[in-house]
Parts: sequence; C-alpha cells; structure tokens
Amino acid sequence: MNCVTGKNFTATRNACKLCAPLGACLAFRGIEGCLPFLHGSQGCATYIRRYMISHFREPMDIASSSFGEDSVVFGGRRNLFDGLRHVIEGYRPQVIGIATTCLAETIGDDVSMFVKEFVSAERKQTALPYILHASTPSYSGSHADGYQWAVRAIVDQLAVDGPNEKFIGVFPGMVSPADLRHLRELLDDFGMPFSIVPDYSDPLDGPVWGDYHRIPYGGTPVREIGKLGRASAVVELASTLSEKQSAATLLDERFSTAVFRTGLPIGIRQTDAFFRVLEQITGRPTPARHAGERGRLIDAYVDGHKYTFGKKVALFGEEDFVVGLAAFCCEIGLRPVLCASGGKSGRLRECIMAAAPEIDPATPILEGADFAEIGETILPLKPDLLIGNSKGFTLSRTTGTPLIRVGFPIHDRISGPRSLHLGYRGAQRLFDTVCDKLMEIRQESNDIGYSYI
Amino acid sequence: MHDETINLLEKRKRQVHTGGDFDMVAEKQSLAGAVSQRSCSFCGSRVVLYPIADAIHVVHGPIGCASYTWDIRGALSSGPELHRLSFSTDMQEKDVIYGGESKLHRALVELIDEYRPKAAFVYATCIVGVIGDDVVAICRKVEREKGIPVIAVDSEGFKGSKKEGYKAACNALFKIVGTDDVQEKIPKSINILGDFNLAGEIWIIKEYYERMGVHVVCTISGDGRVDDIRKAHRAQVNIVQCSGSVMNLARMLEHEYGTPSLRASYFGIEDMSKALYDVADFFDDAEMRRSAQRVIKEEVARLLPALAPYRKDLKGKKAAVYTGGAFKVFSLVRSLRTLGMEVVVAGSQTGTVDDYRLLSELCDPGTVILDDTNPLELAKFVKEKDVDLFIGGVKERPIAYKLGVGFCDHNHERKEALAGFIGMLNFAKEVHSSVMSPVWQFAPRRAGQ
Ligand code: SF4
Ligand code: SF4
Repeated sequence: MNCVTGKNFTATRNACKLCAPLGACLAFRGIEGCLPFLHGSQGCATYIRRYMISHFREPMDIASSSFGEDSVVFGGRRNLFDGLRHVIEGYRPQVIGIATTCLAETIGDDVSMFVKEFVSAERKQTALPYILHASTPSYSGSHADGYQWAVRAIVDQLAVDGPNEKFIGVFPGMVSPADLRHLRELLDDFGMPFSIVPDYSDPLDGPVWGDYHRIPYGGTPVREIGKLGRASAVVELASTLSEKQSAATLLDERFSTAVFRTGLPIGIRQTDAFFRVLEQITGRPTPARHAGERGRLIDAYVDGHKYTFGKKVALFGEEDFVVGLAAFCCEIGLRPVLCASGGKSGRLRECIMAAAPEIDPATPILEGADFAEIGETILPLKPDLLIGNSKGFTLSRTTGTPLIRVGFPIHDRISGPRSLHLGYRGAQRLFDTVCDKLMEIRQESNDIGYSYI
Repeated sequence: MHDETINLLEKRKRQVHTGGDFDMVAEKQSLAGAVSQRSCSFCGSRVVLYPIADAIHVVHGPIGCASYTWDIRGALSSGPELHRLSFSTDMQEKDVIYGGESKLHRALVELIDEYRPKAAFVYATCIVGVIGDDVVAICRKVEREKGIPVIAVDSEGFKGSKKEGYKAACNALFKIVGTDDVQEKIPKSINILGDFNLAGEIWIIKEYYERMGVHVVCTISGDGRVDDIRKAHRAQVNIVQCSGSVMNLARMLEHEYGTPSLRASYFGIEDMSKALYDVADFFDDAEMRRSAQRVIKEEVARLLPALAPYRKDLKGKKAAVYTGGAFKVFSLVRSLRTLGMEVVVAGSQTGTVDDYRLLSELCDPGTVILDDTNPLELAKFVKEKDVDLFIGGVKERPIAYKLGVGFCDHNHERKEALAGFIGMLNFAKEVHSSVMSPVWQFAPRRAGQ
C-alpha cells in the first residue's frame, strides 16, 4: 500500500503529529487541581480524551464549551460562561486551564476578555478558581507547540515578582510520567528545593482509588508556579524551542531570572550537560548515586557496543525528542539514516548537528514529515530499527522493520506512561531495549539457534 | 481529603432516572462544561463511512480531526485497505485566511492518482464552513476530472452530535446507491446495514444468512465496497442494525426504491435468533425458516455447554452498561441475563425518551438509566450500585479501572467479535476474564480500605 514515488503530496498522509490543544491539555493536567477545558466544539475534547486515555490509561477529563451552530454565529461567550459555571459546580477545580480549538480561534473569540468578564461577574462567588488561558490554534502548530504555548501561558499568568528564593524551576518538556518521577528523584538528590512545571506524573500514572476523585491528585501547586519569578535559576529542557515560545525566556525578560537551557537529557552526553547545569546552580557535585549509574551505563555500553555499531536506525517523534534520540543513538554507534518530525521549528537540523556531531551531514532530517513520507524515505535506506512512538507501527509492519516504542503516544503496549528515557537510568533502559532487540534479531535471523549471542 | 460526594448538576437531573415515575428527557445538546462522553457529527460520519475499504477518506481541516481517527477502528476488510490510511488537508494559517479550496483540490487529485480508489469521501470539519470553502463544488470538479464519485460529507462537528453525522453519512452513501446499471431486485436478497465488521463480525452474520439460502447483496458499511453499494437498491429487504447509524439510509431506500427494512441486533442468543427468523418470515418461505431453525439449533447446541462454566462464575454479578446508541443496550441487558448477570446502571449517548422508557421497563426496578452522561455521574453510580463490570468504550475504561471494577469494551475499537452465536461465547469469555480476575482483591474497594 505504501507508494514509492517520492512525490510531494499536498495532503498529509498518516500524520506524525497531533493538534495543539492536546499538548495544552497535557500541560494543564500537570497543574495541581486543574481541569483542562477546550473552548470550541465537543468533538475535539472527546477525541483528545480518547487519544490520551489510550496511552496513559488514566482518567483524562477535558471539559468543552460544546459549541453549537449559534455559538459559531454569535461567538462562544455564552457557552464559555455556561461551561465554566458547570465545571466549577461539578468539579470544584482549583484551576481551570482553557485552550482554544481551531473553531474558536477562527471565529475570533477573545477568550482572555471573556475570562476577565467572567471573573468580574462571578467574583462575588466564594473561591473562584484560577482561570488560565492558552491560545492554541492547530493550524499554527502541533501538539508539541501546544504544550509549550500552554506552559508559557501558565507561567505568564501565574508567576509574580518578589524577593529571591533558593530553589530551581524546571521546565521538563513533553516527557513521560516516569521521566518526571526520575527528574524529581534526581533533583531531590541535589538537595535544593525545586519545582517542575508542569508535573503530571501523579495525575497520569496514579494508583487505583477507593473513591472517585473529580480531579486526580498531584501536579505542580499554583503557589509554586507563582514563585518561579523568584527562583535562583530555571532550567528549560528543550533544544528547538524558539524564544517566543519559551517560558524561561519570559521569566528572564520579566524578572531577570537566571535561565539555563539544555536539551532533553537523553543519553550520556545530554545528561552530563544537564548535570553540569545542576552542579553549577546548586554548587554541589553530582550525587554518588547518579555517578554510579553513569559508571554502570558506560560499562553496559562497552559490553554491548558490537551489537549496536553501524546498525541503521530511523528516528521520529517530537522535535526535541528526536534531537535527544539522535544524540543517544550516535553515542552508542547506531547510525541514524533518517530523523523526522511532524513539527516545524525550522531548527531541527541545526539542533541535531549540535547534539550529535558524528551524524552524517547527508542524513535526511525532515520537518513537517508524515508517516507516508517517512516510509518513502527509508525504503531505499533499509534501517534495521525504527525508534519512535507507536504510530510508527503501520510502517514497521509494511516494511518489516522492528519498532522500538518510545515517547508519546504508545497505544499498543501497556508500558507507555512508565517508559523512562531521561538521565543515566533512562539511557540504560533505552540501551538495554535497543541492544536486546538487535541481539534477538541476530539470533532469529539464522537457522542455527545460537544459545549464546 | 476533599469531600468527594458527587452530586448531579441541576440541569442534568432529568436526564437521569433512578426509579419512581418515568420522567426523562433526552436528545438535548450536551451541556457545556459537563464533560459529555459524546463526540461530534464528524465522528458519526467517520464511523459510518470509514469501513468502505476501496475508497479514500480525506479530512478537510486542521490536522487533529484526522490524527485522532487514523486507523482507530477494527473494521476489517477482506480485500483493499485504503480505509486504514489517514489523509488530511492539514490546514495551515494561510489556508484559514485565504481559504482551503485550492489545497483541497490539489490534495484530492494527487491522492486519487496515487491510490486509485473507487471513490473519495471528503469530510468537512468545523472550520471549513466558517472560512467559506465550497467543498461540494471542489468535489464536483474533481469528480468530473477523475471520473470517480467524489463525495462531500457535510460533517462539520459543531452541527450536532454523532447522530447528525450519521445522517450526513447516509446522504453521502445515497449518492452512490442505485448507480449500478441493473435495476431489478435479486430474489431472496438482503442488505446488511449498520454493521461495521468490527473484528470480522459481518462475516459471521453473513455466513448464517447464506446458510439459510439468503443472498447478501451488500454490506454497509462493514467490509464495504463502492461497487456493491451501487447495487444496494437491488436487495429485497434491508436488515438494519443499531438504532441510529444508517436508519436514514434505510428510509431513503424505502422511499426511492420501495425496499422495506427490518431492524435487527446480532448480540446475544435471543436477538441473533430473532434476526434470522425475521428474515425467513419476511420472505414467508417455509424452507428458509427450517434452515434458520437448523442454523440456530446447531449453533445454540454448541454454544450453551460452552457458556455453562462462565455462567456459573458470573451468576449474580452486577453490571453497568453505557453505549453510543440505545439499541445495543437492550441486547446487552439480555446477553448479560443469559450469563446470569444483572444490569443495575444502563444508558447511552444518543437514545430517545422512548428508548429509555422501554429500557426502564426491560430492566429491574431501581436500575439507573442515564442519557448523555459524564465521568462523574458514571463514577457515582458505579460506586453506589457496587457494580462488578462496566461495559462501554475506551473513554469509560479508566472510570471503571480507577474504581477497581472490571471492564469490557463493546465499542467500535473492540478486537473481539461479539456478534452472532460465537460472539456470545467471546463476550462471555471477555466478561469472565475481567470480572473473575484476581487483581481486584488489591483494589481499595475490595480490600476493605
Ligand atoms: S479542529 Fe483543531 S482543535 Fe479540534 S481536533 Fe481538529 S485540529 Fe484539533
Ligand atoms: S468538533 Fe469539529 S473540529 Fe472538533 S473533531 Fe469534530 S469536526 Fe473536528
């Protein structure tokens, strides 16, 4: 079914991206007591819920202002007001995170103004929640952008000035609950108070409950986000992010906060860079536990290097994630033959070249790619492995190339929310997974049945 | 810890029936902010048309609407699989400002040249009408240029819930129906309408009918083919499954071609048997009736002993059922009874007041009936009624699991065939594998915490 013509298609075929409000809802889910709310028609909210539930396997309520034809004609103000009232009554949230769908953006609803009106009209009510708003038109960006827009909006609307405090703010990027937990542990070990914004590790990977919770517990408390402007430093884990989209840049501009930016810590080199930043901020050396993990990781690299050397891989996913993966692959001797993303930062190539200097400069690096295009590009390149989210399965099946599932979404395995990518421990897991797979291929690609590989 | 008692929203109270005099309302637009489990008309159209496997399905709009519907349903095809590809015009800012017509035109022409489909369905999403794209005109143009049906589906999400989308899909289908040259009816023939061949279910049903000597002209839309749909007018009767999805198409067929229709459900022994007998009765054919009897007897003789061990374990367990259309709820209540289980919460996204009245009569007194409900209400009643099993779709699954309750997916994404006699056995197995799992002992609800 895959076409091999290499033509440029106008249509997007099997998209390698999702829409912006999904990313925004994910970010809002990482604020304590927050209910994500999509301003627009019902379908978008329901689809996004279903998509996220299939990955996280956790409740993911997203309210909608449920536009009808009249909202399209007269604007969505009334629906927004009704929706907010009902959500406050039914969910009693501490925060409501509004993101806009394409429809609301297209008809030109001024949500910030609506929110102001709502707040001043309803203020007499006790305990009105914080109402945050991110503008997330999907025709201007993907889910990865939506996530960043929301994080920036959260910071923009909550951070306030004040005397400096000794703590670190961390913007982790779109990573897994397991990654967030690992970051927490790692920052704990550096011994300085910190705040990860947003942190959906508990809301999206929590225990079974006795009672149903309107809003899953966990997430970053509003008061911590409020303090970000006073942090000793903030660390933003991102590489392709533009200044305009960056929450850290906003803090710098508004409060002159010290900003450190380093790519997602995937693989030894990226993690080293992250640890150096933490050492610099805290004035402490890397804690022994992590130095130990690093040592064992290198030992594993050594033990497995022959299995990985020269093997060809195709990488796809969100841009920052692909940058991290490329750096990791190159340091273990894998050869990326394609790096692709549905995102369009305009900086993917430059960032990959910086993080993975050994990569062959002729390697196709595609922005705005879809899976059909990825398929057509890799056909002559014959990679040994695909590394990316589970949407690559169709491609894996049609080309017979094994898929290593990482990132988001993973709709066809149970481990998605628990898959760890960051830090030395994350690199260890990635290395073991990749190496095991390559050994398995080697074992099964002949009839001899070697029992030692 | 917060007070987690969940109360009904004032404006939702009449869409919930908890006993006493029946006084429900239904078919209302979802309440803003109530976190409805419903989707949009686009979703309804996608559900109905998606399984047509030799057509391409092109979503005109920004990317999300297409991404979220890529290969999401287990609607199987015995041949081509074009329906499993996702195509979108992926509108960008400039398309929104200057219009997306030329982009749509280019996209369609290229895709048709490349994939050589028998038809193309073009779905309008929310912003398309607002920015003023004339999708119908573009489709007509491409149809002329390429010589295959290119059909605009009027599926802008905000125009309503799934039901309106079903209608739009039926209108689209009706543009193909009857375009076959031959007009006369085929003797002893039926169309199977409203089944999507999830996990191959249509093949099961078709085989039963064929064993009865019935000729199946076309299946809409499960394992659907454009050329078969062209012939749909040649069947003598339409067997229509499900309350909503293709009822409108059946009506149009009746109006235009005089084809009557019978309603059917293929879930559970009683409803499946009835679906076969009804066809024999329709043709008023003694031989056919005997064949139907034979099919049912053979199947049931095989099924009942196989069900026995499951029934033993499941007897007395309580279930909650929440589906898209109401018709399926009836079958599920009966199927669960066959397994010795009792339904204590039942509802649907799009049922009518009449459906709910019938449902309240079919169920035991005290059963909670819900229209267009939401996660909080479902959680409330699952807890209050202390159910052992929840039957619904993926969006309901975490509600059940978080409360430590078993779950069975009876929605479009299911991977197990649940229709037909064999489907009843699969259903029993699936219910059993969830209700009887030892893992619930650790859930706080069961661990007595
Ligand atoms: S309209 Fe926009 S927000 Fe809604 S699903 Fe489509 S792309 Fe996403
Ligand atoms: S409501 Fe509109 S924009 Fe949202 S998914 Fe449905 S068609 Fe797409």
